[in-house]
Amino acid sequence: MIEKALTGSSRYWIWISFLLAVIGVGFIFYLKQLSYGLGITGLSRDVSWGLYISQFTFLVGVAASAVMLVIPYYLHDYKKFGKIVILGEFLAVAAVNMCLLFLLVDMGQPMRALNIFLYPTPNSIIFWDAVALNGYLLLNIVIGWTTLESERYSAPPPRWVKPLIYLSIPWAVSIHTVTAFLYAGLPGRHFWLTAVMAARFLASAFAGGPALLIILSMIVRRLSKFDPGREPIQAISKIVTYAMLANVFFFLLEVFTAFYSGIPGHKHPFQYLFVGLEGHGKLVPLMWLSVILAAAALILLVNPNTRKNEKTLLAACAAVFVSLWIDKGFGLIVGGFVPNPFERVTEYWPTLAEALITLGVWAIGILILTVLYKVAVSVREETAGADTEH
Amino acid sequence: MSIDRRQFLKIAGISALGAGTAAANLIWKNSLEAIQAAPAEEGLTAKKWAMVIDMRKLKTEEDYKKITDACHSIHNVPDFGNPKDEVKWIWTDTYEHAFPGQENEYLPEAIKEKPFPLLCNHCENPPCVRVCPTQATFKRQDGIVMQDEHRCIGCRFCMAACPFGARSFNYRDPRPFIKEKNPEYPTRTKGVVEKCTFCTERLVKGLMPACAEKSNGAIAFGDLKDPNSEVRKLLSANYTIRRKQELGTQPSVFYIIGGSEK
Amino acid sequence: MHDAGKIIPGLIIFAAIVTFPFYYNMGKAVARPEPKLDTPAIQELKEKQCVESKEFMRANHMHLLNQWRDAVVRDGNNVYMGLGGKKYTMSLQNTCMKCHSNKKNFCDSCHKYVAVRPYCWDCHIAPKESKL
Ligand code: SF4
Ligand code: SF4
Ligand code: SF4
Repeated sequence: MIEKALTGSSRYWIWISFLLAVIGVGFIFYLKQLSYGLGITGLSRDVSWGLYISQFTFLVGVAASAVMLVIPYYLHDYKKFGKIVILGEFLAVAAVNMCLLFLLVDMGQPMRALNIFLYPTPNSIIFWDAVALNGYLLLNIVIGWTTLESERYSAPPPRWVKPLIYLSIPWAVSIHTVTAFLYAGLPGRHFWLTAVMAARFLASAFAGGPALLIILSMIVRRLSKFDPGREPIQAISKIVTYAMLANVFFFLLEVFTAFYSGIPGHKHPFQYLFVGLEGHGKLVPLMWLSVILAAAALILLVNPNTRKNEKTLLAACAAVFVSLWIDKGFGLIVGGFVPNPFERVTEYWPTLAEALITLGVWAIGILILTVLYKVAVSVREETAGADTEH
Repeated sequence: MSIDRRQFLKIAGISALGAGTAAANLIWKNSLEAIQAAPAEEGLTAKKWAMVIDMRKLKTEEDYKKITDACHSIHNVPDFGNPKDEVKWIWTDTYEHAFPGQENEYLPEAIKEKPFPLLCNHCENPPCVRVCPTQATFKRQDGIVMQDEHRCIGCRFCMAACPFGARSFNYRDPRPFIKEKNPEYPTRTKGVVEKCTFCTERLVKGLMPACAEKSNGAIAFGDLKDPNSEVRKLLSANYTIRRKQELGTQPSVFYIIGGSEK
Repeated sequence: MHDAGKIIPGLIIFAAIVTFPFYYNMGKAVARPEPKLDTPAIQELKEKQCVESKEFMRANHMHLLNQWRDAVVRDGNNVYMGLGGKKYTMSLQNTCMKCHSNKKNFCDSCHKYVAVRPYCWDCHIAPKESKL
């Protein structure tokens, strides 16, 4: 089927070349990072994780969100998702690839990355995360590819994929839970030391991922003859709405605990992020932008009229995505490091090189996504054509 | 006796060439047998190494400088001259920042302003070890939390996990920033994490940690499990505190605060 | 076979690229390296003997060093019993390189020849050598 990705309109090829160019720039800067060291980034002794690890965290959520389509379709036999479920699975593949790449570019000694498997260490959460992510990647490639192939030959998918599909459901939950455990089990990082972390991660994932999927479906519809249909998009928009409400709710729980208890260590990161601490507040405007976008998105989503209108729905989904990206793909990680263990404030801001490497990894992910979607859409167009002909 | 051993080494060597060193590492774990490797006879040993810092005995700026310089010069700790890339094994900070949450406004001025030496606590229950995905950070039998620079992948999970800010990452090649290299000790490379080692390389030679040696008796070092050790005597005769005890990591570095004497 | 017009030239180009290093190095045979042992420290030794036999060291020094590394760093064992029960402190910088103080003519000559770049020297400090 892969040959379907090798033929396309000139628009398709321009897009691919554009992505390749962005990847190339990122790669050049990555080579620079390899020779100079991670000092090329804005990271420091006090804020030792930044843009790379927060992208990783955010994208694990995007990957896990495929399960929001798999559960209704395969467990509840919600047939309307039949056309769109493959888009979710392929999105997961692209997202997990980006996660793994972000872990790699964040490593000080990437040549030794395999040490994670050469000296397996079950007490380290990274070990479990590496296992979970690679397993999830494999599951989604196999499931997506075989179901699509059987669809192409208008045959039911082989029997052995069913158990894999069922397995992928708890697996999706596990990748994001394990990712939350990376943070939630560290003593002395008050911002992360919270039992609600995994739940908050899942809620934001199930809002952000499906929101992105709605956006992608609308793009696919516009660019190809394949139409995922209005109803599945409406169904997904309800998932986004509930998940976003849950996410905001969890966040407010955190705020309550920090400020009602009045424990300084718990309050400080929130203060740093939203009002600034000891005169430092680089992230304040961004965090408020996230809040405003979240509020706007919720207004549009909760109101049935605006949710049903695809134009406003699109705007709401974009707002959800950007808001969550700021919150989880940036603020959450940096906030955990400020103030530092000595109650001093060191700020972090990514450098240009770091941003370009990050963009490069995103471009790799989008390239994978484009190719996979191209294949899926071509198969769909083919079978749809076949349907009308016969 | 050692014929077998040599034979074994040879087999390990040959199969490593065939199957790739990685596979051989996995199977043979690369450890020498007892008959081939032994601890140094003159080395100092303990069940649990610990340190007691007597703040009453640290007075002048010179006292502190001698301690930190001793450590940083023999261990080839670089000086980047900027806080972003900073690498340090032992340094000082004021009470408020050394013991956050335990400060109060009405402490004697002398204590408020006094610099406290800070270093890795060699925690009995170390979160840095718990999170390390490669066992590059590990705890030895004698309680020292060690760092295997050969194995570290530079993920910096240990830095996020350490509640004491004891770890530094080599954001760039440290070599050009070491004023005078000690040829007996390695440097580090970019991309790995480092910290105080309780001077393991000196202990095997029968020497006390460099900072203790240069402290004029302000830093005592000894076996926490030996009731007759100097550290135990100090601990039973003085009121001591440790950093962030509430987190349960059980630091092995104790501080005698003393009164308002300067 | 359609598209043969593209595939065959493609194959030829591929083969050319893959075999390029062979042509490139053709006729450029490099002399086999002879690691030098004539350092002052070695000359002073009564019995010129490494920690293990020459043959063993030649074939296995990297595995021995790996085992030394783990013994010292991870197990806290610093003494190695070598050939004939002689004891040595396991240390690249303070034992190996004290005798083999000529890194360039000892380590590097072979490593270069076989094109390996061990990362030992990223951290371990090589002895000072006068430029010959
Ligand atoms: S002080 Fe930090 S680095 Fe040292 S043992 Fe404790 S947790 Fe680990
Ligand atoms: S940075 Fe190195 S020592 Fe720290 S957790 Fe990662 S591998 Fe372990
Ligand atoms: S114990 Fe040794 S390594 Fe640790 S701070 Fe003191 S001198 Fe430095």
